[in-house]
This record gives sequence, C-alpha cells and structure tokens, in this order.
Amino acid sequence: MSLAQAAHSGRLSVLQARSVETGSIATMPARSMASSGEGSLSTAMQAAQNGDAAAYRTLLRDCVPVISAMARAKGVQGPSIDDVVQDTLLTIHRARASYDPARPFLPWLRAIVQRRAIDAMRHASRRPREVHDRIAYEARADDGPLPGHDLDVRDRRRMVAEAVAHLPPGQREAIEHIALRELSLDEASLLTGRTKTALKVNFHRALKALRASLSSSKEGSDV
Amino acid sequence: MSDPASHERLVEELARSLAPIRRLPGPGWRALVWSSAVLALGLLLLPLSDAAALQARLGVPDLRYAALGAILTSLAAAFAAFQSSVPGRSRAWALLPIPPLVLWIGVSGLGCLRAWLAPASNLAETGEMRGCFVFLMGVSLPLSVLLAMMLRRACPLNPSLTAALGGLAVAAAAAALLVPFHPHDATATDLAVHLAAVLIVVGLNGLLGGRFLEGTTGRRSVATAADTDP
Repeated sequence: MSLAQAAHSGRLSVLQARSVETGSIATMPARSMASSGEGSLSTAMQAAQNGDAAAYRTLLRDCVPVISAMARAKGVQGPSIDDVVQDTLLTIHRARASYDPARPFLPWLRAIVQRRAIDAMRHASRRPREVHDRIAYEARADDGPLPGHDLDVRDRRRMVAEAVAHLPPGQREAIEHIALRELSLDEASLLTGRTKTALKVNFHRALKALRASLSSSKEGSDV
Repeated sequence: MSDPASHERLVEELARSLAPIRRLPGPGWRALVWSSAVLALGLLLLPLSDAAALQARLGVPDLRYAALGAILTSLAAAFAAFQSSVPGRSRAWALLPIPPLVLWIGVSGLGCLRAWLAPASNLAETGEMRGCFVFLMGVSLPLSVLLAMMLRRACPLNPSLTAALGGLAVAAAAAALLVPFHPHDATATDLAVHLAAVLIVVGLNGLLGGRFLEGTTGRRSVATAADTDP
C-alpha cells in the first residue's frame, strides 16, 4: 500500500515518512521506521497535551502533508489547500484537549480536515469569478501535483533509505558520499580515507545491489 | 501552490505557544455533569411545588410516561450534543434522542384527547398557560448558557447540529422540570404552548448557539490568513 493510499484509508505511518525526510538517509535504522504509525501519532498528541513542545512541533509538521493529501482528496484545489492546512493546524491547536489518546489519531484529524475543506470550498464558491471561455476553464487541468504526490515521493524515499540501510558499510559509505551528497571522488576519498579505486568499486557494487534489491520487491519496481 | 515556509512558521508559532492542557472528560461524563446541574435546579425548585398534586398527576400513565420521555430525551440529546462536539465521533449519535423524543411527543399528544375522553379534567386557562411558557423559557436560559459553555470547551465542527441537539436537551429538561409545577392536565392548546416553547428554545439554541460555538473552533478569517501569509 502506498503512503497516499494509506493516508486515505487511515493507516498512514506519517512519522515514518517524516523520519526519512529529516534523518540521515543512509544511517537511519530500518527498524525505527517500521515501529512508528498510528500509535506514534497518538503518543505525540498525548505528549503535546502534557506540554511537550518538541513532540507537538514534530506532530504538526508530520500532519502537514497528510492534511494536504486529505484536502486534495476532498476536492480542494490550488491555493485553498494552504488555507485548509493552516486552518486545520489552528483547529488542532484549539481542539487538542478534545483528543482522547485511547482512540486513533487519524479519524480525529480527518474530521477536522474535512470540515475545513468544506469551509474552504464554500468560501471559494462565494468568491465572484468571471469566466470568458467556459469550456476551456472547465477542461483545464490542475497545475498542481496529483493528490498524494508528496506522500508518494516520501514513500519512495523511504524504500530507497531502507535499501541503502541494508548495504554493507563500505558500499553504504560510497553511495552516501558520491550519490546522495554528490561529492567528487577526490572529496569522498579525502573524507573517508579510502582510495578512489576502492570507492569506485564499492559504488558500482552498491548500485548493483540496490538495483537488485529494489527491483526484487514489488513496490520498488517503479523507483 | 504549496507554501511550506508559512506552514513552518505557523507550526513554530503554535509549538511556542503550547501550554499543558487538561484533557476533556468523555462525552458521557460531561452529559452526566450537565444533567446533575439540571437535577440540582429541580431540587432547588422542588419546595415550591405542590407535592400532592404531583403525586396525583404521576398516577396517570400518560403523564408519567410523558415525564419519563422528557427526561430520557434530555439525557440522550445532551449525550448526543457532547458526542457531536468531539471531532471524529460518528454523526449517527445525533439520532439517539429520536426514540425518547417520539415517546415524549407521542404520549404528550395523548393529552390532546383528554378534553374529549374525560371532560371533567382540569383544563388550562390562558393565564396558567402563560405561566408555563414563562417557566419553560426562564428555566431554559440558564441551562442553555451552561450547556453552551460546556460544549464550547470541545471543538464542535458542526456547530448548528451541536447547538440544536443542545437546545433539544435544554427544552426537554425544562419540560421535565415543569412537571412538578404544572397546574393542570395536558390539552391540545397546552401541548401547542409547550411545543412552541420547545421549538423556540431549540431554534434559538441552533441559531445563537451555532454562532457562539463556531467561534471556538480555531477558524481564522481570510483577512487574518492574508495578514500572516507572505
């Protein structure tokens, strides 16, 4: 199941996606990603209720792409999505006392997002709009990314991060410096203390291993 | 399109202003607290009632069931209102007060037949009916205010529904509190007066309460959004 699908079905592991984005992509243990999910969100919200600002900050950041995906799925388009995201964040803040940690977090969040999405669409429909070419206007494709695009990107990053984490240390080091940080062979050699030849060999072996591991998994075939 | 910088700023601002907050008790518990306040008000008013007449009136089955219906409607509507004030709870809870409401209205409607079936019944006079109306309104006001304050502490995403359910809870509670003071048996006109009072209370709660509760959900105006966004 992709992350975007999970966001819609309520089984999203948002913290999982977030940790990929912020953490060191090559050194992050794969286990920590698998253990997070709905429970982590509930725990983070509970911590926020107790006044833990760091947990609250992380939670809100993690919620942003989810809110955005939910709003798109509800039919909100264009700049209104940002309004929905911000209104939802404010509502989460205002309503945080009403969250019961014994219950899952995402249905609580979804109810708020849906209400704010409806508000945004009502507001947009009240705004006067002059349309000269009606058919062209209605047939125009939305410029923005598809619903769940950001989440799909994060999902792919997560899979690459998992594959990189499973490489032997030498190969992981080569991939990290040459491919991910885009360092030259000279710079990477200076940093790691390995010869350029060793780095090249490790790099090519790592690429081969990654190609094999990503194409072997069904989800990884489109990476 | 997406504006991550302004989201990040807002997240930072909200995290900075975070203070520990006491978790709200469950809707059942809060409904119980409000119902206790209704009970307390009833006990406070009890010395003013005519106990012998009350006993006699409760001996009549349809009046007894109407009182029971009003009490159950009040409890169910209060519970449903508190449920609807919490995000993510099923909207089906709004249907909970319907069965007791049917009992209450249905059995009260039987009183309409009383004028024909038992012509000797003690029928209401205009002055008494006005008294009932004033009582219902007078009792509804403090109960509405208390309920609205309690509902406001949660996050009613559908303020009009929450407020209408609250209005029903208040109207039913007022009708139940009226029972010990009701000077006469039910008639069609009496029922109409009560119904009008109930509809006024529900309507006012839905209208005013909806606006009152809407201001609590953290929605900001577009102007505010435009000010804070770059």
